[in-house]
Amino acid sequence: MTTEQTQQDKNGKLVLKLVGVVFGMFGFAYLLVPLYDVFCDITGINGKTSDTAAVYEAVEIDKSRRVTVEFITRTHTGMPWQFEAKTRRVDVYPGELNQVDFFVKNSTAKNYVAQAIPSVSPGTAALYINKTECFCFNHQPLGAGEEALMPMKFYVDPQLPKDIKFFTVQYTLYDVTANAQDVAMNQG
Amino acid sequence: MSTAAEELHHDDHHHHAPSGIKRWLYTTNHKDIGTLYLWFAFIMFLVGGAMAMVIRAELFQPGLQIVEPNFFNQMTTVHGLIMVFGAVMPAFTGLANWLVPMMIGAPDMALPRMNNWSFWILPGAFTILLASLFMEGGGPAFGWTFYAPLSTTYSNDTTALFVFSVHIMGISSIMGAINVIVTIFNMRAPGMTWMKMPLFVWTWLITAFLLIAVMPVLAGAVTMVLTDKFFGTSFFDAAGGGDPVMFQHIFWFFGHPEVYIMILPAFGIISAIIPTFSRKKLFGYASMVYATTSIALLSFIVWAHHMFTTGMPVAAELFFMFATMLISVPTGVKVFNWVATMWRGSLSFEVPMLFALAFIVLFTIGGLSGLMLAIVPVDFQYHDTYFVVAHFHYVLVTGAIFSIMAAVYYWLPKWTGKMFDITLAKWHFWCSLISVNVLFFPMHFVGLAGMPRRIPDYALQFADFNQWISIGGFAFGLSQLIFLALLIKACRKQGEPVTDQVWEGAEGLEWELPSPAPYHTFETPPVIK
Repeated sequence: MTTEQTQQDKNGKLVLKLVGVVFGMFGFAYLLVPLYDVFCDITGINGKTSDTAAVYEAVEIDKSRRVTVEFITRTHTGMPWQFEAKTRRVDVYPGELNQVDFFVKNSTAKNYVAQAIPSVSPGTAALYINKTECFCFNHQPLGAGEEALMPMKFYVDPQLPKDIKFFTVQYTLYDVTANAQDVAMNQG
Repeated sequence: MSTAAEELHHDDHHHHAPSGIKRWLYTTNHKDIGTLYLWFAFIMFLVGGAMAMVIRAELFQPGLQIVEPNFFNQMTTVHGLIMVFGAVMPAFTGLANWLVPMMIGAPDMALPRMNNWSFWILPGAFTILLASLFMEGGGPAFGWTFYAPLSTTYSNDTTALFVFSVHIMGISSIMGAINVIVTIFNMRAPGMTWMKMPLFVWTWLITAFLLIAVMPVLAGAVTMVLTDKFFGTSFFDAAGGGDPVMFQHIFWFFGHPEVYIMILPAFGIISAIIPTFSRKKLFGYASMVYATTSIALLSFIVWAHHMFTTGMPVAAELFFMFATMLISVPTGVKVFNWVATMWRGSLSFEVPMLFALAFIVLFTIGGLSGLMLAIVPVDFQYHDTYFVVAHFHYVLVTGAIFSIMAAVYYWLPKWTGKMFDITLAKWHFWCSLISVNVLFFPMHFVGLAGMPRRIPDYALQFADFNQWISIGGFAFGLSQLIFLALLIKACRKQGEPVTDQVWEGAEGLEWELPSPAPYHTFETPPVIK
């Protein structure tokens, strides 16, 4: 009787620990999401640029080399806006502040809210593009038939590895009208 | 024999066991539950196999002949899900239920009631998954790996059923794994020390730890897909700040240990069979235990070799390449030990041994093509081609499934008390062996030549090889009906009675029990020498 009792106690304790591991690992799956973001922020390996504005001060311009930056624009499936970069490609000195304008036009009869998501290739260059101003930091609303020029100011960090002479920044425009309305309603 | 029959009779009388369907519904006996798992796995193997036949029939000729592309995609998806979660994993759990208590001298599993539950939720899970095929829009069609955004943005509403069924399968495996761990930790007979445990028990213990570590991660991944699709979260949606590549990281963090979940118990089975029919002790027992442990640990740091083409930095690709290649060291130790066990042994070639030998040769072929895939630059060519399909079918069909068949032939006489029909078994072996190679070997060639996987149509130049592959596929499918016939005969207790030891040279506690193994065994712990 007593041995059976202690056996049951032992089993119960072990089961409890194992169930703890199971819940811990379920939580770990969700923990991977912020870990992934932090890891990518630090290493820049998924080609995402920072989503906060950089400050441009006391940056030394490296006149010894030029870097070519190319801009690609696309709209995600179901996003009917016209979207293009006014300048497709620029040669810049690292450290020099540049501005590129992006043209958008909503030629439909509906109001839309858009969100642009950047992606840099090669991904390692993403850490070295610093934006002081970007339309991609915020939602961009555009009424029916409206058009706009959206500015983006950036400089290339002079620390950019010497072997990168060319990189591409791609912006994808997503339709976030539904989500934006939810947010507006929640705030209202 | 007669004492066994008396014992059986005595037990039935004593416990007033319910009969008919209720016996199986309410049973908490590890042998009954093991049988249920094994039959369930076999039925699922035939269902998933029927889907493979649809795939091969469509691919018999180039062009679209028999099924719509969307239905073809459902077939590849559900075939994969059923074979992984419905056939291989339940079959191993069934073997663990039957064998682990008998091998460590325990009267039953530690948590018999939970054992009953962990089996009986499985048929529900697969009913849900299979039912989704008949609903509007069809079942899951995004591949068993359910990559986002295929499973989020581009899937239909039955994805909810897919997610729910995967949750249930996961809960079932987790409960099974907890049961195995508690049984092995707490129920070993006195004197059964860790390093005296049979390797099947060791490999299952390590597998169970892998299961409780990664099945919850799979549950997390499907839950994220569910909330992304139906509740507006953006885990994998770039527009909301998520990242679809992150899905692949989370999925393969589960997925790679999962492939070892499907092969480690096979290593245990082969390590039991080879010594018996070589009439020698297993060569390098301790190194087998350490090799299994290191494979399990390494499996957590190699996941991104499934995603070399997603645009990872070179440093990461090199890390995952070398880590992956490192796994071939402990695996090589195992293959070496099996060969060394046979070296100068007194070999005989009974059916379980035939399957075990086929396992060693063919699994090693699958392992070698895995090494090729681990090399980053060549993986860029092989990625998503039939070469990958050939690789994982060699390790899963001629690896995991051949080991399960070997195990069934090895322990079946102990379970039923009668020798199975050896003629049928040999037919089953030779037909399977030849057809499985006609089926999977040419896939290497069409893969290297660039035929992509998961596509219902292909370029003309692949037509000849694909006809061979399809013919091999149909032959392999039909060969399994021989196995079905043999199993039905065995369950009807036809055949010659066997001795307690069954196989000359078999060693271990289960062979000291009467044949057939009585309903209750080791109610008083055995003495371990």
